[in-house]
Amino acid sequence: MRTILFILQKEFIQIFRNKTMLPIIFIMPLVQMLVLVYTATLEMKNIEVVVVDRDLSQTSRELTAKFDGSEFFIIRGSTFDLKEAEDMLRENKADLIINIPDDFERQLFREGNVKVQLQINAINATAAGLTNAYATSIIADFNRHIITESINMVKPVQMKKINVASSFWYNPELNYKIYMLPGILVILVTIIGMFLTALNLVREKEMGTIEQINVTPIKKYQFIAGKLIPFWIIALFELAFGLTIGKVIFDIPMEGNLLVLFAFAAIYLLAMLGLGLFISTFSSTQQQVMFIAFFFFLTFVMMSGIFTPVESMPEWAQKVNVVNPFAYFIKVNRMNLLKGSGFWDFRQEFLALGIYAIAALSLAVWKYRKVV
Amino acid sequence: MRNYTENIIEAENLVKKFGDFTANDRLNFQVKKGEIFGFLGANGAGKTTAIKILCGLWLPTSGNIKVAGFDVYKQREKIKRNIGYMSQKFSLYEDLTVKENFRFYGGIYRMRSGDIREKTGFFLKKLDLEKSGDTVLSSIPLGWKQKLAFSIAIMHDPKIVFLDEPTGGVDPVTRRQFWDMIYETAHNGITVFVTTHYMDEAEYCDRVSIMVDGKIEALDTPGNLKEKFRVESMNEVFIKLARKK
Repeated sequence: MRTILFILQKEFIQIFRNKTMLPIIFIMPLVQMLVLVYTATLEMKNIEVVVVDRDLSQTSRELTAKFDGSEFFIIRGSTFDLKEAEDMLRENKADLIINIPDDFERQLFREGNVKVQLQINAINATAAGLTNAYATSIIADFNRHIITESINMVKPVQMKKINVASSFWYNPELNYKIYMLPGILVILVTIIGMFLTALNLVREKEMGTIEQINVTPIKKYQFIAGKLIPFWIIALFELAFGLTIGKVIFDIPMEGNLLVLFAFAAIYLLAMLGLGLFISTFSSTQQQVMFIAFFFFLTFVMMSGIFTPVESMPEWAQKVNVVNPFAYFIKVNRMNLLKGSGFWDFRQEFLALGIYAIAALSLAVWKYRKVV
Repeated sequence: MRNYTENIIEAENLVKKFGDFTANDRLNFQVKKGEIFGFLGANGAGKTTAIKILCGLWLPTSGNIKVAGFDVYKQREKIKRNIGYMSQKFSLYEDLTVKENFRFYGGIYRMRSGDIREKTGFFLKKLDLEKSGDTVLSSIPLGWKQKLAFSIAIMHDPKIVFLDEPTGGVDPVTRRQFWDMIYETAHNGITVFVTTHYMDEAEYCDRVSIMVDGKIEALDTPGNLKEKFRVESMNEVFIKLARKK
């Protein structure tokens, strides 16, 4: 135990004597939280629209105005020529064509329904889906209004209407920032924890100091513990720092017990730092470590459901997520902060990451060789 | 000439192969307790390989080897508690101060805090570095760093200290001072196992072995070797041996 204290003392002196370290610890989270939370949003605004209005009636103009007034759409132009509009779509000058037929108003009033054609640039399938959903809902909104009016005009009988009232739980304003922030926090603590730990160990190899360590009677677990604990503490501090920024600037809800969140983070970090140390035991340069750690990091992030719902991934990919610590932590972080889920709801996640942590650390201790 | 009787290192048919390449080819030697044993050879002769095996850093391919009475296959951790090592590549922490380096290494050799402070003070005084105790190592000149590395290698009073080319890249005056430290260490009962390719330094050793291409070609006192080869200096002994090949 005393030996570990001596190693910890040495590590902390080295970490804080390194001039790039304090900016990494304090500036990086600030930048990440302030920039990424705003940019990593799935909301779409400013979708560019070109209108082909061959009706030029009162109603068709109102419909166009409705799009113009929405914050999601910008009318980039209007034309009578569908061909011209399609050219704009092709040249990326517009994302959406609204094609209004020439007997739009007449048909709407006479028959009660009319077709409006939407042509969407679907290079980005997700964006196209959203564009479609937004446009359809605006038209539906508009259409219903007209129908009610026309019904009143023609025959004063109330038609039965089905009203769909959606209520959104846990994030009632559908605020994307609140949804993304817990995920960004996970990225943050992972970068700090995993990368710095891995780089630190391999740096001793590059400097040659590891040989001097290996010739001492130090125990393998003592050395690994001495390398792990400092960055474990720093990463937990980052989580607290990031949550504070989230509360002060974005007013994120903290519905759940923060102790549960930190307990989970503690286990998560043991797993990720253990993985980082394991990578550095078989690498000999900082470059190698960076490449391998980056590979794991990117794979974990993309599969984790931070940007896209896990439920929409193919089934095999969802199964792969069983070994993705990132996915567990994002889920726990979101559920704890937004939904207030507690320890019992996370018992499976606690168990899974507990096993992960033990495995990763055992591998690191086993693979670290004092003798060749 | 002092008399040494007890063996502290025994190597019998030490072999180390890297694939097809034999770095150490059936080495046989004993080092006596308290002597200064010079382990000489040209660059690439296999000195560093042998020293790493004796320190428990590398495993030999075959052979019976005992260091401080412990077996290099099974009792490496016990060996490590009883030796000090200063590698060819400077390996103290450049971003720690002089005192912090002493404290760290003293700590992991499980010395008591009081002893660490006492030893640190003792060595700083001896090296005339009392004012530099709180200076980070990176701003200390190489010669002083080497002396510090040597001091730290012996601060826990090991039975043997291994020095792998300790005077590489150091000026003649500092080299002389370094050898004074080696004498003093041996005088205090610590066995010194030192590799070098400076043949003038070989003259300072009690006994030397000379390695050529992975084999020990000669092992005796410098005096006996010069007599045997009928030359005036160790330098000439070395050249004769190397030419023979």
